Amino acid sequence: MTRTQADYTQLITSRHIEAVVIGASAGGVEAMLHLFRSLPQRYQLPIIAILHMREMRESKLADLFQHYVSIKVKEAQDKETIRNNTLYFAGPGYHLSIEQSREFSLSCEPPVHFSRPAIDFLMESAADTYGERLAGILLTGANEDGAVGLQKIKHAGGLTVVQDPQEAMADYMPLAAIKLAAPHLVLGLRDIQQFLIALGEQHVH
Amino acid sequence: MSKATIPTKTGAENTRLSTLDIELRLLLEAIYLRYNYDFRDYAGASQKRRVVQALRALNCQSVSELQALVLHDQSIFMHLLQYLTIPVSEMFRDPSYFARLREEVLPVLKTYPSLKVWIAGCSTGEEVYSFAILLKEEDLLDRTIIYATDINPQSLEKARKGVFALDRMQLYTKNYQQAGGKRAFSDYYTAAYNAALFDRSLCDNVTFADHSLATDTVFSETHLVSCRNVLIYFNRGLQDRALGLFHESLCHRGFLGLGSKESLDFSDYSHRFEAIDKRERIFRKL
Repeated sequence: MTRTQADYTQLITSRHIEAVVIGASAGGVEAMLHLFRSLPQRYQLPIIAILHMREMRESKLADLFQHYVSIKVKEAQDKETIRNNTLYFAGPGYHLSIEQSREFSLSCEPPVHFSRPAIDFLMESAADTYGERLAGILLTGANEDGAVGLQKIKHAGGLTVVQDPQEAMADYMPLAAIKLAAPHLVLGLRDIQQFLIALGEQHVH
Repeated sequence: MSKATIPTKTGAENTRLSTLDIELRLLLEAIYLRYNYDFRDYAGASQKRRVVQALRALNCQSVSELQALVLHDQSIFMHLLQYLTIPVSEMFRDPSYFARLREEVLPVLKTYPSLKVWIAGCSTGEEVYSFAILLKEEDLLDRTIIYATDINPQSLEKARKGVFALDRMQLYTKNYQQAGGKRAFSDYYTAAYNAALFDRSLCDNVTFADHSLATDTVFSETHLVSCRNVLIYFNRGLQDRALGLFHESLCHRGFLGLGSKESLDFSDYSHRFEAIDKRERIFRKL
């Protein structure tokens, strides 16, 4: 099922991607560290990430990742304008959405798939805002959050990528997304890493 | 959450407003004109999601269909209102917020002969009872008037009754203790069947009232305004309107408490308040 580099090169040259949204749960910290460590300092796109953690008030994710990542890392704030060259993490306890004005919004609706923030929330609102100029990536995870969101991104014309379930630490999330959303690409982490970098370079041109 | 079909964008709609976005805008306009509830400056993304949920619950195929029902039937509007507002709350939510109020703010408020506290967007009342308990334990409740306001009459009615699900009491007790509670939390309620009925005397000085941060004006001078997890549902313009009301209502050096993820950073009012505790989002009027 895994597609080759030639496939995604062709997929991305026809588009102008303006943002990346990415989600994971179980095994996600390691997977995202692996992906983001190699991002060049001049990486242009905004990346907006949700990692399910046990609900707690303070998130240390942004601090943790900043040690390893060369672009700016921060927690997404309510009504903050999304900037390029930045990796945002959703904070715990609130859903994170993207407004048409390209600002973040937080909200307190009940958890979705036992998750708040829910990947579906972020992805659906991002699909609404960015349409075909969005890439959505779903990684390892132990619930089905993100499948509906990724489907929304695909329907809106955006690019969709799922981590190869055989490689993922928890295959439930990628399998659910592949089944529901039929993503453009199913790739191993190493290839997703290259894909991310290629998206950023595409953005510069 | 259900995975029923959500109207999706196709083809040409991507370039401009989608049909759904047009319908949503018209619905909010219709609600404003018909019922004088103004949701037009709410943050759009989560609002859209909640309206789409309401479509399923009210068995409508489109927002236009819902709009027609809402315009002609007030009970449908009241039903939709439960989706447009977000009645999610808990007692002593973010216990450290209440602990800081107890330590830093109430000692200052004690110096006033009488007090007015405004809990804006009080929803179903969990925060109101939390404040009443806090003030009682600091011997301030008798000389305090609490204004508890919300736009949702069903929430206000629930708040007035002071009856909460018994299975929530375990969490609330834990919160209360972490907030520095001085007694047994169960002293404040009577358990009956699956409900906890809160001590009526807590509400002797509480005025529950319909008030909109989007359309109404200031009604009283206050010493403390607590408005938590309400501003996140507003766009920046409406956030500024609400903060303007709080600023106007607060007395000289009055206190403002916001939700744990709310800030004044992106607001016109950032320089009109100083942070007393940045982490707990407690501010003081300059």
